[in-house]
Amino acid sequence: MKDLHLPCEAEVVERIQESATLVTLRLRLTDDKLRNAYRFMPGQFNMLYLFGVGEVPITMTSDPDDTATIDHTIRSVGRVTNNLVALQAGDRLGFRGPYGRGWPLPEITGQDVVFVTGGLGCAPAVGAINYIASRRSSYGKLNIMQGVKHVNDFIWKERYDQWRKLPDTQVLLAADVGTPIWPWHVGLVTELYDQLDYDVNNTTVMMCGPEGMMQAVTKYMVNNNVDESDIWLSMERNMQCAVGLCGHCQYGPHFVCRQGPVFNYHELKPFFGVRGF
Amino acid sequence: MVRHQSLFLARNHFQCLIDVLNEAGYRCIGPTVKQGAIVYDVLDDVAQLPQGVKDRQSPGSYSLQPDADPRWFSWANGPQALKPEVFSPRSVMWRVVREETGLVFQPVHTKTEPTAVIGVRACDLAALTLNDRHFLEGSYPDSDYQARRESLFLIAVNCTSPAETCFCASTGDGPRATSAYDLVLSELEDGFLIEAATAAAEKILSALPTTPATSAQEAAAVESIEQAAHSQSRSMDVDNLREKIKASLLDDAVWNDVSEQCLSCGNCTSVCPTCFCFSENDDGGLQLDESEHVRQWDSCFTQGHSYIHGLTVRNNTSQRYRQWIVHKLDTWHDQYDRSGCVGCGRCISWCPVGIDITAVARKISQGKVS
Repeated sequence: MKDLHLPCEAEVVERIQESATLVTLRLRLTDDKLRNAYRFMPGQFNMLYLFGVGEVPITMTSDPDDTATIDHTIRSVGRVTNNLVALQAGDRLGFRGPYGRGWPLPEITGQDVVFVTGGLGCAPAVGAINYIASRRSSYGKLNIMQGVKHVNDFIWKERYDQWRKLPDTQVLLAADVGTPIWPWHVGLVTELYDQLDYDVNNTTVMMCGPEGMMQAVTKYMVNNNVDESDIWLSMERNMQCAVGLCGHCQYGPHFVCRQGPVFNYHELKPFFGVRGF
Repeated sequence: MVRHQSLFLARNHFQCLIDVLNEAGYRCIGPTVKQGAIVYDVLDDVAQLPQGVKDRQSPGSYSLQPDADPRWFSWANGPQALKPEVFSPRSVMWRVVREETGLVFQPVHTKTEPTAVIGVRACDLAALTLNDRHFLEGSYPDSDYQARRESLFLIAVNCTSPAETCFCASTGDGPRATSAYDLVLSELEDGFLIEAATAAAEKILSALPTTPATSAQEAAAVESIEQAAHSQSRSMDVDNLREKIKASLLDDAVWNDVSEQCLSCGNCTSVCPTCFCFSENDDGGLQLDESEHVRQWDSCFTQGHSYIHGLTVRNNTSQRYRQWIVHKLDTWHDQYDRSGCVGCGRCISWCPVGIDITAVARKISQGKVS
């Protein structure tokens, strides 16, 4: 039996410092066969292993249509990530994936789409936005909302600038703490709801970010008659095995690593917002 | 299931069973008294079986006392379930070596030897079936578990001596073993009724000096199992438990009440035969040129269990206790089509403060909060 827990080797092709605490590692699987066979859907994740230290789940932020190299944008917050972000081009690490369920992109063609992300919650959404951007005519109006705590946390300006130029697309940006040169909204991203442009009867909402933000967005959308089944959320819990065995990521009956990390709101509803789940 | 003809193995021939299993290539493990408890250990001789002792269990208490009962299996399960045999408390998952050319990841193949476990209880067989569902029957079967599982030959002994803490009759998992075993025994004063359920077991059975069981012996066996069921005073058969649990999720008063005494020590999850959480850690060598990736049992009662990037989702004991109960008694049904509780009662006996899961379930079901 294939050992489902065993990583393969990847090489850092490029290290991109996105902000003070965010680094993108552009990785290439060193084994030709594995590299050529590797495919993922936006919203899924890989387990990255730092030699001698441990594994962490990280979502892919590059184009799913091009897997010659795979980007992972990492915030340095713990034992593993503090040192992962210090890797340099040429360094090797462990890699296994992809795992979990991504965004329901092929299923929602023809619909308007609203992305609401907060902080590094934009990471799992980037691939999904690019997926839609490269199939722009297959989807309706596209709304991209991103909020950050501080202007300094804002990354990928070029990407947002590009998306803004797409037809029928608007980008709404907000920073809780602004600076004189921040040209967009200062305050919560949720204060920009009235600028959203979508057909309530034909829309999919996808969100990722702090759970408080996702609760607020879900409440707003449901109150504004968006059908609960049209709301999708990317969840995050402690993940160690990534294959639904180690038990850490359980969210009610769900194993976030296996049935998620992208969930329909319906699936999460009984436990959503209950502290301690 | 085919109704097999019962055979009788006299007590003074029981050593033959161990010998025949050894000859067939099995290492035998079975119950023995160790450090004041009945646990599974290597068994070569019937003299190692518990004799002249009986367990006394109650909430927060387990002890062995002298007993005149001539039977060797007249005890209820000790702390150790079948679980460690299939889901190792600690095992190396893989190894990585740093070489000049890069990192080389090496699988670690689990080494097992055919192992016959003598004296398995119905509750632990039910738990094993649940372990199988979790580790083997999903989309990612676990190779370490599978190797260990396939090495087992299981000899059940129908339970005739439940502890005060047992409630398998109410969960439908005992005291009679009904599945997942190879051989099943019913202990009588002078010997054992013995039945085979698998081809491998038929082979072992045919090598034993058995005689056909008499109807009196069969009746005695049935009676002692029925007696064991009736003697259980605890019950998990409570009304609308799942609905009540769901309805109480937001009611902190309920969970603060039922977890008031909980020390968050994790004893319950360690002795629970169905708890499956494990953590993964790295054990690097001092030379820094290789590292082992290790998994070991974890518990939802630890702070680290729900840690994500700088925050702990379940930051207090009440939330951790709720997680354990909600999973075990409610969401387990969604995941594996039944409750995660098999009525073994271990979490009651081995809880240092004697929290009784059946009382907790009843409290939640009746909405009784002090």
